[in-house]
Amino acid sequence: MRPIPITDHELAQKAAALRQRMLRLIVQAGAGHTGGGLSCLDILNVLYNRVLRVSPETFTDPHRDRYVQSKGHCVEALYVVLADRGFFPDADLDTVCRYQSRYVGHPTRKIPGIEMNTGALGHGLPICLGMALAGKMDAAPFRVFTLLGDGELAEGSNWEAAMAAAHHRLDNLVAILDHNTLQITGHTRDVMSNEPLDEKWRAFGWEVRTINGHDYAELTRALTEPPPAGKPLFIIANTVKGKGVSFMENVGKWHHGVPSEAELAAALAELDATIHRFST
Amino acid sequence: MFTPAAKSMAEQLGLKLGRANLDEFAATLQSLAEADRNIVAVTSDSRGSGKLAPFGKALPKQLVEVGIAEQNLVGITAGLAACGKRAFGVSPSCFLTARSLEQIKNDICYSNVPAVLVGISSGVSYGALGSTHHSLHDLAVLRAIHNLTIIAPADNFETRAAIQAAARTTKPMFIRFGKAAMYDCSSTFQCRDERAGRSELDIGMSSYSVGQVRVLRDGNDLAFIATGETVIHALLAAGQLAGQGVSARVLSMHTVKPFDAAAVLKAGRECRAVITVEEHSVHGGLGEACAATLLQAGVSVPFRIVAIPDEDTVTGAQADIFRHYGISMEGLAEAAHTLLKRA
Repeated sequence: MRPIPITDHELAQKAAALRQRMLRLIVQAGAGHTGGGLSCLDILNVLYNRVLRVSPETFTDPHRDRYVQSKGHCVEALYVVLADRGFFPDADLDTVCRYQSRYVGHPTRKIPGIEMNTGALGHGLPICLGMALAGKMDAAPFRVFTLLGDGELAEGSNWEAAMAAAHHRLDNLVAILDHNTLQITGHTRDVMSNEPLDEKWRAFGWEVRTINGHDYAELTRALTEPPPAGKPLFIIANTVKGKGVSFMENVGKWHHGVPSEAELAAALAELDATIHRFST
Repeated sequence: MFTPAAKSMAEQLGLKLGRANLDEFAATLQSLAEADRNIVAVTSDSRGSGKLAPFGKALPKQLVEVGIAEQNLVGITAGLAACGKRAFGVSPSCFLTARSLEQIKNDICYSNVPAVLVGISSGVSYGALGSTHHSLHDLAVLRAIHNLTIIAPADNFETRAAIQAAARTTKPMFIRFGKAAMYDCSSTFQCRDERAGRSELDIGMSSYSVGQVRVLRDGNDLAFIATGETVIHALLAAGQLAGQGVSARVLSMHTVKPFDAAAVLKAGRECRAVITVEEHSVHGGLGEACAATLLQAGVSVPFRIVAIPDEDTVTGAQADIFRHYGISMEGLAEAAHTLLKRA
């Protein structure tokens, strides 16, 4: 169950390779959430390689850490990270979104490593609350993590759960916000403004940490240092939608844009350069 | 709920008035939870209306309060169940199955966690409170969601048996019932185990099986196929009809899904007419399920659905609403005579 030791350099290199794999997957599937997948990939990379006490061998252990991806539409990022960690063969990903494939466009428990079926927004946090409560009842050592989108915070169920998690003093619960500030229609502040997020979550009784969601050291520290006793932890991970591919960064159309062959080639070349930079 | 004539018929038939199925549920769950600390109740400020205050007092660590937040209630129940808890989400059926429908569909049914949802005070139990508090849609919407067992017990016995089964379930389950005191439909009638072909006078778990109709009374002129707390009215009507030379079969369809098609087809083939009875909209519930089953099997029989029509529901207490729409001994007996004239 121990996380495997990995340096920041190695993580950065791995992240670029995973971004390449994700883009190839999306092009092959002909569908996917490109921008959000790229924005949350570093978070998943750190979670699965440094933080979560879970592995393919321990996935049925009742004491494993739980991760539920509330922003289920960014499943492609999760798929490539799980395949890289050996939960299933990478070749399985050639079937994503294909007829009769179990690899559909949102997370399902039919896939090794995935805890719950998600995709409709505003569901992950309440589910994780139930998991965290079960852990407390059994005095079990596991922690429960969920990943939310900032557009997703407009769903009222998140705020029901925000209130209840603090009420039940669930310090084994961590909600990570992939704060890329863009959603399908445009800037989140224009669609439904939600700031100031730190003050809101603090006022609900959570420990709040604001970090750079692409910085491995900051992510590692925020995700591993326990919150004060009795407080659930909310991590505002400031991210860039489309991160890692210059022409996709902060461009709304890449929310679920599928790259052309030429765009894919350009993106892969750029990520090749990133891998090269971190290998020296 | 019952007219003097209906009470007299109940007495004549030897039926004993029990407690509300709601009370039976609460007592059963508490006794199961005392023996198994993995059993957890989740309430949305509903422990009082769910009669779970004694449960909360006796087993405070096994009751999770989420406040008035039904979406959160279902999500939390799903998360608890996914982590090995035998979780019962308890909330008025009207809120549970409408406001949190997406959570039921995705977090419980699609994710396939063994959570149990308990819809209290279902149908028109909250009669006079109005349509906000009625759940006349729950069977219809939940039947259309894959991977959910749907149960509406008729009496205390069926409630106890359903909760006992729910505490062992490996699949998602929904159970609905009301809060009026119920006659024990299981106490005197000879219950035949249809599949085993044997008769049982001794009422025990052997005569209850999830997904299997219970034949509470035999007869071949007409069949009442009823679910939940309308079964007693069908049973009383059958008693009245017997005195008028009509032999009526009474089926308790406590499990609405999975659907015991064999028992419905048998009734349709052996009886001259079929009446379905439910505390639910005429749309999408037991009646339409029976009609589809009979029609697709080529069984043509005079048929009537007694349920709440698609209109602004009449105002009044549950008993008023039942009588208004013919869900009563007198109403059902009259419907039987009318239908048999067509047979």
